[in-house]
Amino acid sequence: MSELIPEDWFEMNPFALNQADKEIKMRQTLTSLHHHHLQHCEAYSNLFSDASMDSLEDFPYLAVRLFKYLTLQSIPQEQVFKILYSSGTTGQTPAKVILDQDTSRRQSKVLVKVLQDFIGKKRMPMLIIDHPGVLKSKDSYSARGAGIQGLSMFGRQPIYALNEDMSLNIEVVQAFAETHKNQPVLLFGFTFMVWQHFLQSLRKSENALNLNSGILLHSGGWKKLEAQKVSNEEFKRVCRKTLNIEKVHNFYGMAEQVGSIFVECEAGHLHAPIYADVVVRDPQTLKVIDNNNPGLLQVLSIVPGSYPGNSLLTEDLGSVLGVDDCLCGRKGKYFQVLGRLPKTEVRGCSDTQA
Amino acid sequence: MNNQEKLFQAFASALNIELNQVSPELTYNTIAEWDSTAHMILIAEIEGVFDVMLDTDDIIDMSSVAKAQEILTRYEVQF
Repeated sequence: MSELIPEDWFEMNPFALNQADKEIKMRQTLTSLHHHHLQHCEAYSNLFSDASMDSLEDFPYLAVRLFKYLTLQSIPQEQVFKILYSSGTTGQTPAKVILDQDTSRRQSKVLVKVLQDFIGKKRMPMLIIDHPGVLKSKDSYSARGAGIQGLSMFGRQPIYALNEDMSLNIEVVQAFAETHKNQPVLLFGFTFMVWQHFLQSLRKSENALNLNSGILLHSGGWKKLEAQKVSNEEFKRVCRKTLNIEKVHNFYGMAEQVGSIFVECEAGHLHAPIYADVVVRDPQTLKVIDNNNPGLLQVLSIVPGSYPGNSLLTEDLGSVLGVDDCLCGRKGKYFQVLGRLPKTEVRGCSDTQA
Repeated sequence: MNNQEKLFQAFASALNIELNQVSPELTYNTIAEWDSTAHMILIAEIEGVFDVMLDTDDIIDMSSVAKAQEILTRYEVQF
């Protein structure tokens, strides 16, 4: 399958191509992948034909929730390497993502290439805003565990900030801040957990940390924070005040497209790397709508090979803010996520654990 | 112990396998013991044994024992 996704993808800077050149490159690879899935995934071939695609917007998309109801796979059973379950809890059916070795390897590679552009190649001492038990069960490979494991590649001697009951392990956290004073450190957690169990716990106990050279990465959805009226700006303000951290990057991604994440830049915009793209569609007509208008987000990724997840219609609302001209200098599309389409399930790594 | 013996020993202890299971051809994810979790333990072990700081590119490139040797050579570890 590796020949479907040429290795030269990983030798380029993930934000150097302008949108027109990137689309040509993505279209080639996505066309091969589309044919691959037509040949090897019955459910996919029942839905789609091999009509030619002239632009990224022409690629057929699957509703992301299909991964909850169907086992979608484009590889023989003996090549199944791992099954990733999204963070469904009681009352919610988890999505099921079938991985082979190639796709799994590509996920790590793409994740590393994308994040290197924001945090550099050097690994830093790392504080994970979660509890260590989340990785313990090897049988159920959860999206939350996978996220932590993926990000752990950027860390040295990862330390967990929370106890099993989600309370803050203040001694460990203070020792971490003290040991790495004035050094670059990396913090990672799911947005809601960072807010509720880390920032709020620190505030309540009237503790503040000085991690002035730190970088905080967080992801997993804003739904619960929206309910508490916490915006991205407020989140960052509290990070500055409580952690003395200026560099805070949210990222948008999903279990069905692990690896090709959309990271928030210094100007506060989410960026599509060369491996991925977004298209915004009208929620009623599903027609592509103009930039700056909110609609349903469709996400494209070259990463999945073992399952037909290269083009997915999400249940998230967002809008494209611009193309090739972000102040941060990165090329390609940049956008914002505006929340979830009303009446969908509560979903997301951080929203499922209150 | 020469550096190759040290490297093989690092693989054996990090992956918790017998020394005689380690060969240059041993590849990531082909044995249950060398999965993504063990991979990070292995990285820490190699960094400790050879006193090097590997970056994120090295972590994704280190797909076999032979590859580990090649990467370490770039950090002036001689084999």
